[in-house]
Order: sequence, then C-alpha cells, then structure tokens
Amino acid sequence: MNAPHDAPLPNPVRPAFDTAAEGRMIVNIGPSHPATHGTIQIIAELDGEKVIRADVHCGYLHRGFEKECESHTWHNLIPYVDRLNYCSALINDFAYCEAVEKLMGIEITPRCKYLRTLLSEYSRLADHLTCIAASLMELGAMTAFLYLVMFRDWIYEHLATLTGARVTYSYGRIGGLACDLPEGWLARLDEILARYDEFVGRVHGLVDRNRIFIDRMRDVGVLTTAEAIDWGYTGPILRSTGVPRDLRKDTPYLAYAELDFEVPVGIKGDNYDRYYVRMCEMDESVHMIRQLVGMLPGGPINVDDRRCTFPEKRLVYGEIESLINHFKLVIDGPRVPAGEVYSAHESPNGELGFYLVSTGEGVPWKVHVRAPSFVHMGGVHRMLEGYQLADIVPTFGSVNMIGGECDR
Amino acid sequence: MEPAVFADLRARLPAAAGAGVAHGVLVLTLGRDDVVATMRALKDDFAFDMLLDVTAVDWLPQTPRFEVVWHLYSTTHKARVRVKTRVDEADAAVDTLAPLYNAARYPERECHDMYGIRFRGNDDLRALLLYEGFVGHPLRRDYPKDGEQPLIPMRDPSRPA
Amino acid sequence: MHARNRTIPIAASSTHNPALEYMTTKKDEFVGWARKFSLFPYPFVTACCAMEFMAVSSTPYDTDRFGAALPRFSPRQSDLLMVVGTVTHKQAPILRKVYEQMCEPKWVMAFGACATSGGFYQNYAAVAGIDRIVPVDVYVPGCPPRPETVIDAIMQLQDRIARQPHPIVTRDF
Repeated sequence: MNAPHDAPLPNPVRPAFDTAAEGRMIVNIGPSHPATHGTIQIIAELDGEKVIRADVHCGYLHRGFEKECESHTWHNLIPYVDRLNYCSALINDFAYCEAVEKLMGIEITPRCKYLRTLLSEYSRLADHLTCIAASLMELGAMTAFLYLVMFRDWIYEHLATLTGARVTYSYGRIGGLACDLPEGWLARLDEILARYDEFVGRVHGLVDRNRIFIDRMRDVGVLTTAEAIDWGYTGPILRSTGVPRDLRKDTPYLAYAELDFEVPVGIKGDNYDRYYVRMCEMDESVHMIRQLVGMLPGGPINVDDRRCTFPEKRLVYGEIESLINHFKLVIDGPRVPAGEVYSAHESPNGELGFYLVSTGEGVPWKVHVRAPSFVHMGGVHRMLEGYQLADIVPTFGSVNMIGGECDR
Repeated sequence: MEPAVFADLRARLPAAAGAGVAHGVLVLTLGRDDVVATMRALKDDFAFDMLLDVTAVDWLPQTPRFEVVWHLYSTTHKARVRVKTRVDEADAAVDTLAPLYNAARYPERECHDMYGIRFRGNDDLRALLLYEGFVGHPLRRDYPKDGEQPLIPMRDPSRPA
Repeated sequence: MHARNRTIPIAASSTHNPALEYMTTKKDEFVGWARKFSLFPYPFVTACCAMEFMAVSSTPYDTDRFGAALPRFSPRQSDLLMVVGTVTHKQAPILRKVYEQMCEPKWVMAFGACATSGGFYQNYAAVAGIDRIVPVDVYVPGCPPRPETVIDAIMQLQDRIARQPHPIVTRDF
C-alpha cells in the first residue's frame, strides 16, 4: 500500500529569503521541471509577473564525482569524466586525457591530435544542437526541436559506429584514443555534413525573423561584458556580449592553431545573441571538420609509451614483460609523476578546466573540474532579475546549464 | 615559451618573485594573510580580471592539512596564475574574494561544503551541492566514500509496495 | 491500483458465477487496452539519460506510436513516472513527493542504470536505485539505454498493464 509519509518531507535547501514584501509572492520553480534542464531550483520573489529576486539552487545532481575519482585509477575514471557535460562527452574525455598527458610529459601522435580536434568539433556540434533544440522546444517551437534532434541522432549513430556508444563514449585514452576510425566512417561523415545546411537552414527560416521569437528573446537576459567577466562567464555567453574570447584562438591547443575559423560574437548579450552565436559556432564547427578531414595524417593513434599504452594483445599473450606491463596498467593504473596541472579546453559552454593533483600513484589524489555551468549558475540570477517570470525559461535555456557538469 | 606577463609579475609583484611555472601556469604560494592583497594587485595592476576557480586539497596526514587553491585568468594577457595557501584543520579559514570577483561566490560555497573551509566575509555559505542536514565534509580524506545520509527513510526494494 | 495491492473485486464475495467473471475479465482487458495505449509520462529528468529520452521521443524512434509521447509535467495529470537519470539523496524527497502526488493507476519506470541501481555512483551522494524510494514496475538497463531498449521497456510495461486486473469499484474505493 502506498502509505504516504506521516511526517512532511524535509526541504533539502535553505532559501535565501522566505518572506515576501507587501504585495509580492514567492514562487518555487523546480527542481523537477521541464525547463530547468532537470535539476535546478529557482526560488523567485515576484511582483506580479516580474522577478524581483531569484535564488538559484543547484546540487540536486551532485553525484560525488571527485570522491569517486579518488578511488579509481587514472584510466578507470574516464567514464566518470564523460558524464560531466554529457551533451559533448568527447570534449570532456580529451580535456582530461590532455591534463594527464601534460603531467606525464607525453606528446600524442599527430593522427591522434587531428582526430581529437575533429571529434571535439563534432561533439560541439551535437551539444549546440541539443541546447538550441531544447530552448526552442521550451518556447513552443516543436518542429525546430524535431529537425535538430533528428540531425543529432545521425551524429549519435555515427559516433556509435566509432566508439560503441551514442551518448557517453569513454573514447579518450591517456596517450591516445580507444580505437581508430572504421572503414567508411569519413564517407558517412561527409554524408551527414552534406545535409547540415538543409536542416539548420530550416531552423533559421522558422525562427530567426519570427516576430514571436524576437519578442521573447531580444533584450531579455541581457549581460554586459564587464558583468560577464566579473561573474566568471566564458564560452558563448561571454562571446554574446561582444568579446571574441575563445580558448581555441587565445591559447590554442590540439590542432586549432592550424585551422581557419572565426569566432562569432554577439552585440547585446541577450538571449537572441546567445542563440545566434551558437548557430554561427555550429557553422564554424562544420567548416573546421571539413578542413580536418583533409588534414588527417596516417600513423598510430596511441603513443608508444609503456607507461600508459597497453601493449598489443599478441605480445601480452606471448611475452612476460608485456604481460606484466598490461597487468600493472590495469591493476595499479598508469603511474603519473607527482605534481599538479590545470589544463583547460574550450567546451561548448566555456572554459572546461581539469585541476589534477598527483602523488605519483596510479590513483589520483585529486581530480577537480572547473565546470563552466557551475560558475555560470553563480551569476544567472543577474540575468533573471528584472525580467518577467516567463522569461526565466528562454534565459535558462540559453545558458545551457548541464547538470552533470554543474553539480559533478 | 611562457607568456610575457610572467616576467613582469616576477619583477614587479613581490609575492611572485622566483615563482615557478607548472605546465604553463604561474604558481604563487602565499601565506594566508597575503592572499587578498596579492589578488587585488593581480586584478588591478596586472589585468587578471577573471577568477576561474576556487578549490582545496586535503593533504591528510600532512600538516597544515588543507591547501586552498585559486586559479586566475587574464583575458588580455591570455595567461593563468595559480595562487595557493595552506591552512590548518583547527583554523580552516581564509578571506573571501567575493568583493573582488563575484565569480568566487559559488565556488567558495562548494569548497565550504566539501572541505569545511570557511571564507571569512562571505556571509552566504549555505549548503550548495549538499543539502541541509548533511553532517560532515565529504571530500575530506577521512570521510567514508559511501557515507550516505538519507534525507528520507529508504524503503526495502525487495518488498512489494 | 496495480497487481501488488490487495484489492478485492466485487465478484469475489459472491459464489462462482462464470458469466460475471467473463464480464469482469473482458472489462479488465478493455480497460487495460485503453490504459496501455494512453500513457502520459511524467519525465522526471535529472541526468545524461535525458539525451536518450529526447531521442526516443523524436524521430525515428518515436514513442508517439505507442501512445506514450505526450508528457504531462504535472503529477496530477500523468500516470507513468519515468525517472530518467541519477537520483541523489538531495533529490529523493522531491521524487517521493512527485510520486505521492500522482493518482492511481500509476506506474514507475526506472530509466537507466543510475535509476535502476545507482549505476557506478556508489557513494555518499547517489541513491542506489530508486526502488529505495518508490516501487518500480520496469527497470531499463543501459548507461544510457539505447532508444530501442526504452521502447522495449514501454512495450513490456504495456503487456503488464494489459494483464493486470483493473478494478473500477473496490473495497478501498
């Protein structure tokens, strides 16, 4: 029998304010809400429909990522890293692997470098598609959602033929990648990208000059550049305020220094600009992927370093040194020299940084993620206060808070 | 090839004299009371305008036990600086950076949740990733990994509804 | 009310009446057919499985073919609680509250490894399976599950709904 609780259910959070001034009302939004992307709770004080104060609570998806990492080897924790920004899991993999490779002093092979760049851009495409599809759906534009998710599904299936999984790939390895491209993978990539303009063009046509969309998104959720930098915003949100700050250009990593691409910026820092910056970034990503397909060199994808790369299977079965090497790598984990590193990549949300502390063991001492979504949540109340209650939905959608990354 | 601003820092900022570089990031190790002044100098004089992150490391069983770590970024110099300080378990407190960088507020709350480090001057250190009623600080090395503290009574899954 | 509740259909106290039993069986089949093809999910979405939930609701997988596409974001209006993603101890009271606010008949789907058993988050923060909070009718394994797995789960749940008794008037009511 579903006996209801006798005692009232406890409140997991302490709101910053719980009494409203005369004529105002306090409303709770979330944490189980379609438009809060799963797990954000916003306690808003309203004057009619206008939001006076907003108290944003995250942490409902805190899954103990850092604590888990302290009891797994440097390799075994790659699946945990995947599930941070799960919309673009490959970028998390590669950012983490690069941080460990810096600590170990490993330089990845050329093929690995270009392939990681290509897959990072492919993942960025999937993430922006998801963000835009979800924000448009929350505004009621269901057709645009279906177009974009259909395209994204092709990307998922395509990545599944490479990595074995559709969403959380665990494809990066310290010193390289899990496996090389299968036959016909690049041909299928060309087919998918050939249809990109068509699908994204439809969304542009439905939404860009749509009176309702403009009314809902223009001049809503405005952020100035000074505010954005003060509150720690990076990525498309910072770029929508007008500054072309992008780690791929400012502190190039992987193969970005060799690519020809532009950094789209907005003009007002409002929701419309964030939407448009992401649409332009998708165009740039496709342009970069097409360049990279022509630049992929041959050669191995894993660096030939026994400290982190598994030996070939036939050697593991054939000679004792390789057997012991494989055994040690699996049981103890790769031994990473003592030290600390902070290494950041430009994820679709902004600066994704990994701060790793090693004591020389095969198990990390600390794995800390500088998650852009978490930092953004600190300042999102600035974009909500002063606007209407209904504006919370598009503003929140344009911030692209990903729970796995925010709460870790 | 390190960014030019590192040489400038070593020359003009006393706290950075002789500071080393760890994988591209200049590392300043300071005493607890020098942190805010150094941060203000970094922000005002050297254009380190963005605070990226605030976190801590638990070095149990070493003493002082906790190391608080800040990462700064300069959007003009495109360079990063790490500032570290050590605090004891008995007096695990540092000054807040919220007046300098609003980006410090949430990470300081998280650091307090996870390690129990107090940020003096930050009056909003409510539980952020954890919940009201959670006792302890899970990222400390002596907190058990599976130390669950259920908010509501758990039912027995093997029994029917 | 699902099969685990001890509800006594009106016919039980009377003597064996085959005609009446035939009618109640047919009534159960009819109501079961109607209920299984008009599921209104409440997507209690938390984590990565949301990506596959979005995929399964869209082309080409499309839960609309099964009548289970229209989500209702109010527990009062929904009958299938799909818990999509990890539920942490902080989220547990919210899940319990949403479950209790739903009216009978209701079913629960544990979507993904984390909802089923906690997945690989075996630590202080995550609940080791939502069946520690609410009774679950169908568990969908996968991290995240492929959309085909989710559709299989919906079909299995539909079979279960079809086979259940559906008392309209009961002793409890």
